[in-house]
Amino acid sequence: MSSQDKFDVSRTDPESKTQPEDLADHEKHPTQRDPLLRIAAAATPVKVNLDRRRFLVGSAMAGLGGVTAAAIHDGELGGPPQTFRGSVPWREGTADVPPGASGSGYVFFAPAEVIFIESAVGRLIPNDSVGPGGVEARVPFFLDRQLAGRFGRGDHFYLGGPWPKGTPEQGYQSRFNPAELYRAAIAAIDKYVGANFNGIAFGKLAADDQDKVLKGLESGEIKLDGGVDSKSFFAMLLQNTKEGYFSDPIYGGNKDMGAWKMIGFPGAHYDYKEWVSRHGERVPYPPVGLKGRPGWTETSS
Amino acid sequence: MTTTLKPVDAVLVGFGWTGAIMGQQLCDAGMNVVALERGPWRDTPTDFATGFAQDELRYMWRHHLFQNVTYDTLTIRNNTNQEALPMRHLGAFLLGTGVGSGGVHWNGQIWRFLPSDFMTKSHNQQRYGKKAVSDYDLTVQDWGVTYEQLEPYYDQFDKLCGTSGKAGNLNGKIQPGGNPFEGPRSNEYPTPPMIQTYAPTLFGKAAAELGRHPFPHPTGNLSEPYINPLGAQLGACTYCGFCEKFGCGNYSKASPQTTLLPYLMAKPNFTLKTECEVLRVKLTADRKRATGVTYVNSAGEEFFQPAEMVILSAYVLQNVRLMLLSGIGKPYDPKTGEGVVGKNYAYQTMSSVNVFFDDKILNPFIGAGALATVIDDFNGDNFDHSGLGFIGGAYIAGMVTGGRPIEMIYTPEGTPDWGLEWKHAAAKNYLRSFSISVHGSCMSHRGNYLDLDPTYRDIYGRPMLRMTFDFTENEHKMSDYLTDRAAEVARAMNPREIKLNRRKGSFSIVPYQTTHNTGGAIMGESPKDSVVNQYLQSWDVSNVFSLGSGAFPQNAGYNPTGTVAALTYHAAHEITTRYLKNPAPLVQS
Repeated sequence: MSSQDKFDVSRTDPESKTQPEDLADHEKHPTQRDPLLRIAAAATPVKVNLDRRRFLVGSAMAGLGGVTAAAIHDGELGGPPQTFRGSVPWREGTADVPPGASGSGYVFFAPAEVIFIESAVGRLIPNDSVGPGGVEARVPFFLDRQLAGRFGRGDHFYLGGPWPKGTPEQGYQSRFNPAELYRAAIAAIDKYVGANFNGIAFGKLAADDQDKVLKGLESGEIKLDGGVDSKSFFAMLLQNTKEGYFSDPIYGGNKDMGAWKMIGFPGAHYDYKEWVSRHGERVPYPPVGLKGRPGWTETSS
Repeated sequence: MTTTLKPVDAVLVGFGWTGAIMGQQLCDAGMNVVALERGPWRDTPTDFATGFAQDELRYMWRHHLFQNVTYDTLTIRNNTNQEALPMRHLGAFLLGTGVGSGGVHWNGQIWRFLPSDFMTKSHNQQRYGKKAVSDYDLTVQDWGVTYEQLEPYYDQFDKLCGTSGKAGNLNGKIQPGGNPFEGPRSNEYPTPPMIQTYAPTLFGKAAAELGRHPFPHPTGNLSEPYINPLGAQLGACTYCGFCEKFGCGNYSKASPQTTLLPYLMAKPNFTLKTECEVLRVKLTADRKRATGVTYVNSAGEEFFQPAEMVILSAYVLQNVRLMLLSGIGKPYDPKTGEGVVGKNYAYQTMSSVNVFFDDKILNPFIGAGALATVIDDFNGDNFDHSGLGFIGGAYIAGMVTGGRPIEMIYTPEGTPDWGLEWKHAAAKNYLRSFSISVHGSCMSHRGNYLDLDPTYRDIYGRPMLRMTFDFTENEHKMSDYLTDRAAEVARAMNPREIKLNRRKGSFSIVPYQTTHNTGGAIMGESPKDSVVNQYLQSWDVSNVFSLGSGAFPQNAGYNPTGTVAALTYHAAHEITTRYLKNPAPLVQS
């Protein structure tokens, strides 16, 4: 196909008509600002190569349409081998939009595991007036969807053998993928707690005792059955908990962007140029996510 | 079954910065070039558009643009007494893949090495005595190329990227506002420096009060719109704070996509094939000449691509591995010191100082990959090392690349990693803290090297690369000294408190440090102590060229991309002006 077909500047974008008109430009989500104006402003029209300009315009549209369209392209997965010659390959409607989390309720965690996860996350990030706790931010739901998906299945992990334990400097050395590790670790921790706290499960322990167990896992002092390395599991649980707390709400955690509000992070804002030189001033933007702001979308419900 | 394809003039193995630069140079010289990239095609609107590029979880923590180690990783150990085990998850370094590769997710920090950095052995020996370069079993050496020889090519890369900065040394004359320690530049930067946010400004003020020489970090995050000599346009950076580890949706970060591909992809004599992994370079029976490369595509089909020239333009770790797998050059043996392929693997010695204020709102989310005020007073040999017990140094940068909260929340000394106390520390300090980065050199050492792992194999059945690496006493001493210098600046900013994150203990694959792996295919003056000559041409197989940071005989205290690009242009110039007329060794051994 010719580059003319691909970079047709005469295409109009249906999404551009749905912009909320009542917001100041800086309040709009990146996808709701006019990308044509923005790109045109960024690109000085001196000695402009026509093909290049078309490329830029086409580019902006792809980004705009992408978020609302279903993802049909996975830039990571790649796909079949391809050969390119004579032009920059670009296909309309193929923006590699993030997958996000959907539905409600747990699909990965079994009921007993839910009790553990909600208790543990509640201790890792407790709730108070300063900001939401991990449970209030829906971190357990985030973890559930992560473990049910690619991350849980060990995408981006090498899990081939042999599997000697290794040194701390050699990092994660387990045959378990993250989903398997969580499953094995939760069972092993409940077994440990049962044996050491009069048959009570982790979720039923007093907060102080829960902290004591978590600290024992963190330091590796608590040894677990089932081939689970307690330190490795704790490190993964804490990292994933912070991910769920602070990541974009499309992944199911950070409910109402409460964690972002707590620290003062404005989220997926795209342009801070006017604030660069305003040293020491508080940027007044409320946080915005990839799908917009609470109140704009279903994320507030 | 292997399908043999039509011969080409040159085949590029890997298509990031070096592949794109070399591809453009060879195509402009009229050669018929095929590039083989093992990852997918990537472009700005499809893969990191502004509508969804600011996604910390997906790009940073789920490695969306990084190499997927499920299929191929490497093994790691600190020394030969240990058993190397696979890097099962990316951590210390974030390897690229796909078109543009690391050039997509880099910071855009564009540095030139110091003139003395190219003469690490002879310069330090002359100034500090013979032992200074051999203490701690260091195996440093000179590069076989000088700063003066590379200067025009550094300049060429600046013009390609539109680098934003302020010259400190124009043709030997020191310029106010720039880095007074840098080698002479033939031209001012193509675009002015970025505007500094609050934290880098405070850093610069404090550094100047201490008598240091602060200047704005040279950057490929552009301060203003720019059209490069190939007609590609870049826009002005919007300081969105999602730069390094991310692709830029705004065409503001110099990358193969924004600077080269619109031009190169339109060339009729250039072909790019994606999802094609080169398994090995095929040599003639006498191992003096390469006949082409064997590759497998994502559909599992195997091909032989005959070529007059084979350009290894993959990442350093892959280039070295392909040489070892293909029988190019003699593998290094740390016991005897014999052999060269895999020798002098080095890295970067990183530390930092966190600075916490009560009374200053720093807005760390306003950032860019190379947004920093820097001092270079303690880099390379810019200071007297007499009696210090180490060689090398670091730049110290008051740097704010973003405030992405999973990665970049700083908490004071003694704060636990979780619980209410952690949460309160995060809430209190996020807007009022930042980190000073100490970006240190890493000298080469007899025991640090790359070879093939005896146990672990990739999905193609090939041995994985094995990395044997640890920081040496030289690096620990350097880093401690430099971290103390950074702390001086931190204290001079009058903060509530600071926290020193020193470089302690053995190299670990777990925490992110930097993707600046170097060496293993080192350049030099003779085949006895190097893999490639000053034009990156294999001493053993003269129609094989190995680009990238593998050529560094040791690593300087700067980000490598500027030097990687300059070496590539330097090699390309020699290939197109001399080698094509007479395909033979460019340097007589």
